[in-house]
Amino acid sequence: MMLQAITLVVAQAIVLLAISPFLVGLIRKVKARFQCRRGAGVFQPYADLAKLFRKQPVISTTTSWIFTATPYILFASTLSAGLLVPTFISQTPMNFAGNIIALVYLLALGTFFLILAGLDAGSAFGGMGSSREAIVASLTEPAMILSIFAIALTAGSTNLSTIVHKTALMEGIVTDPSPHLMALAALCIVALAETGRVPVDNPATHLELTMIHEAMVLEYSGRYLALVEWAAGLKLAVFLTLIANVFAPWGIATTLTPAAMGIGLVTYILKIAGLAMLIGTLECMFAKLRLFRVTDLLGVAFILALLGLVFFYILRG
Amino acid sequence: MTVLLVGLLAIYMAGIILPPCFPGRPRIQNLVAHGLATGAGLVGIVLGLAGLLVPEPWTVSAESTIPFLSFAIRLDPLASFFVLTISLVGLAASIFALGYVTEFYGRSSIAAMGSLFNGFLLSMTLVVMADNGFLFLIVWELMALLSYFLVVTEHEKAEVRYAGLFYLIMAHVGTAFIVLTFLIFFQEAGSFSFEAFRHPEQPLPEGMRTLAFLMALVGFGAKAGIVPLHVWLPYAHPAAPSHISALMSGVMIKTAIYALLRVYFDFLGGQFPWWWGFVVLLVGTTSALLGVMYALMENDLKRLLAFSSVENVGIILLGIGAGMIFQSYGLKEFAALGLLAGLYHTINHAMFKGLLFMGAGSLLYAAHTRNMEEYGGLLRRMPWTGLFFLVGAVSISALPLANGFVSEWLVFQTLFLSLKLPALFLKLMLPIAAALLALTGVLALVCFAKAFGMSFLALPRSSHARHAKEVPIAMRIGMGFLAVWCVGLGLAPMIVVPLLNRITGPLTGVSISDKVLALDGWALAPVNVQFSSISPPMLAAMLIACGLLGLFLAFMFGGRLVTRSHKTWGCGINLSSRTEYTATGFVQPIKRVFSTIYQPTVKLETEFLEESRYFAKRRRFEFHIEPVFQKYLYDPLVDFFVGMADRLRILQAGSLHLYLAYIFVTLVVLLLFAV
Repeated sequence: MMLQAITLVVAQAIVLLAISPFLVGLIRKVKARFQCRRGAGVFQPYADLAKLFRKQPVISTTTSWIFTATPYILFASTLSAGLLVPTFISQTPMNFAGNIIALVYLLALGTFFLILAGLDAGSAFGGMGSSREAIVASLTEPAMILSIFAIALTAGSTNLSTIVHKTALMEGIVTDPSPHLMALAALCIVALAETGRVPVDNPATHLELTMIHEAMVLEYSGRYLALVEWAAGLKLAVFLTLIANVFAPWGIATTLTPAAMGIGLVTYILKIAGLAMLIGTLECMFAKLRLFRVTDLLGVAFILALLGLVFFYILRG
Repeated sequence: MTVLLVGLLAIYMAGIILPPCFPGRPRIQNLVAHGLATGAGLVGIVLGLAGLLVPEPWTVSAESTIPFLSFAIRLDPLASFFVLTISLVGLAASIFALGYVTEFYGRSSIAAMGSLFNGFLLSMTLVVMADNGFLFLIVWELMALLSYFLVVTEHEKAEVRYAGLFYLIMAHVGTAFIVLTFLIFFQEAGSFSFEAFRHPEQPLPEGMRTLAFLMALVGFGAKAGIVPLHVWLPYAHPAAPSHISALMSGVMIKTAIYALLRVYFDFLGGQFPWWWGFVVLLVGTTSALLGVMYALMENDLKRLLAFSSVENVGIILLGIGAGMIFQSYGLKEFAALGLLAGLYHTINHAMFKGLLFMGAGSLLYAAHTRNMEEYGGLLRRMPWTGLFFLVGAVSISALPLANGFVSEWLVFQTLFLSLKLPALFLKLMLPIAAALLALTGVLALVCFAKAFGMSFLALPRSSHARHAKEVPIAMRIGMGFLAVWCVGLGLAPMIVVPLLNRITGPLTGVSISDKVLALDGWALAPVNVQFSSISPPMLAAMLIACGLLGLFLAFMFGGRLVTRSHKTWGCGINLSSRTEYTATGFVQPIKRVFSTIYQPTVKLETEFLEESRYFAKRRRFEFHIEPVFQKYLYDPLVDFFVGMADRLRILQAGSLHLYLAYIFVTLVVLLLFAV
């Protein structure tokens, strides 16, 4: 039992770690295609990571131990958050370790240290990135909690595995899915903001007028940069998994038979790859918003989540 | 128990009396005063734990010759819990003070400070143990006065005197309301004994109960620092010496939480309509959100911490308010959960706020300023203080593996359980409160990222910071002690929850320990594991394992690489403190987004060179946040009272004959009435 649990956790960690660079590569490929370029192969990020790990890191003399510890803390907290989300099997062994609030706060732990690391190098760019990350994070969190609650209401649980498992077995599904859909829309906006995608942030730019996440990690190099990039990819994977499995858990393995797990793994990869391509498409359709217009977007997310909640109670009488 | 209690009182009394016996020898005064306080703290911890563990409340009383006053002491689980909290922070503050007050040698009287310090701790301990209304009011007043004297330690500064006055007035407005509350109970009870309050001969009429609820909320709320009665905190807490600030913010404001629980759940028997709970919830949400928002804009580290106390009292009240709502609908288990969450946050806040105020004290000690814009780069110069401050910052931001996370998580769960409530209005309001709590939480994270980042990271921003040195060992031990508690309370809820359950059990009438803890205590799971659960030890194990995996991957792929050190690229110019982001700049986007609340006024003056309008000689930038409550609530009130007093001055003409005439007229009027 114990051994099985550990195996499953390790398998999940491997899947998440392995798939996250692929997602990043896929988004880049889709964007390149839309821009009539051939673009690098979808597996390019793996090569980038391998190269970065081998490069000699340069550390600023003004920094403290916070700067070198942050990549490890960020990596650890993001991967831990990922272990709480069901990927290809609906009942993760780590279900009891933390519910969805714990997931939000684990990701916040990474954000906290990343903000500190941005300030640590002492250049204006890092501070600028940290300051912007702070405002975006502040505005996403309430919308995220409300949309989570709207979902939790339908499933009668705040534990992710329970939500996914129940939804996959079509338990507790209401006839009118509108609360779910509104929460889904809200969570999608939150996911774009949290993972630093267009229209909130642009991961492909190093222009000081626009960058948020890239500005914070500007001083990182070598293996530290590799870990930060990998963690960013992991965060993307976590959010895509969350959306895919909470709203469309079809195909996920509800039992632990090899066949079910095989199907679960394949459908999981297909689902999140589809979502990644969708993000790539969206990034080509929209321009990045001005920082102070992001407020409106995240306000919409908040209202949508609230409406989801209201609808749920009204529909249920 | 008796031995412990007598020992506690005796040590504190010795701590009050002995320090002045060594005139002119500040070192000995310091050692005696704070050494004794340390001992008393240890005794207090044992007493608090004993009170929590004994099955029946322990009482002792002595009658006095003054009517209605009896020296009654009662240690039930609720009181014991607060004795424990006060003693823990008291112990840390005493050790910290051994090093910290060396700063005051030759400037202030160490004997007076030491005696007052012991007296302050004693009065707080007595407040939570008192079992008689009169005794309670006496020690409550004593607590306010002694802390006032401590606040004005540096009375040569005008702003400190102003802060003291502000504090004194607010404290007494609060006391006035508390007296009224007790008088309402006295009406039916016929005695000031708390036992009589609990079981009055006739139940209080509904109107009187409501009045008592509101009076208590205002009276104790003024001490707790709820919005809009919070205005004294950002004045008084920074003005006091830092170990006193730690006590005031960490535990003194908690005595008000104690008293609120005492009145609502003990005296009023936990019987109330739902809107009481809703009012408390509303007050809690407002305090939490506004508290953290004002904290964010502060660059004075101690003022920032004072505002953040307003926030945390708000979070505590959120838990209690939600608990009260459930209680009124008879959902006792959820009510107990709300109270438990509130109490858990109470002790957590005491630990990390005490720690952070001591950290701020250490920075003040080392860099001689409270302005964050003049710190910077201190982590290299003060590694221990930095580490402890970081632990405090992580805890207060409710991040995993520290104590704030567990208690805020419990508050979230309580709010989510609103789905079991029958009223649609509350079903919607509680999740909104949860969303606002999420906003509060993340703003607190930003606030403390700013506080830590600006103070400890990057380059020094002033020569003060450049020459700062690590603080003496006593101060580090004081901080380290609380830092250990912050982590311990976060990782071991399986020990804390059963203890807290002993408090909430008698208050709500149900025991929920086995319902909150699951899997042999390894996970917290209110209601059941299927609804929600966290396991702090498991999360810790996961984080450590994943961190080690990160290290392993780095070395597996990269091997043993020597890192190269180089200065940060500054776009061609040399990096200095002027190229760094400032504390003000860091929160500018937040100020702009929430400008409706802040109402900022910005003033930019530029003086140009005479030769050209393109070159500025000097620039002056000013920005202020509208102190809304002071401007629209307190200033009109003060104006009103001063105006009234001015009008009444006509009566006081200074002529003796006139005053004699007043007496005569009064006499005649009274005689007329008598007839």
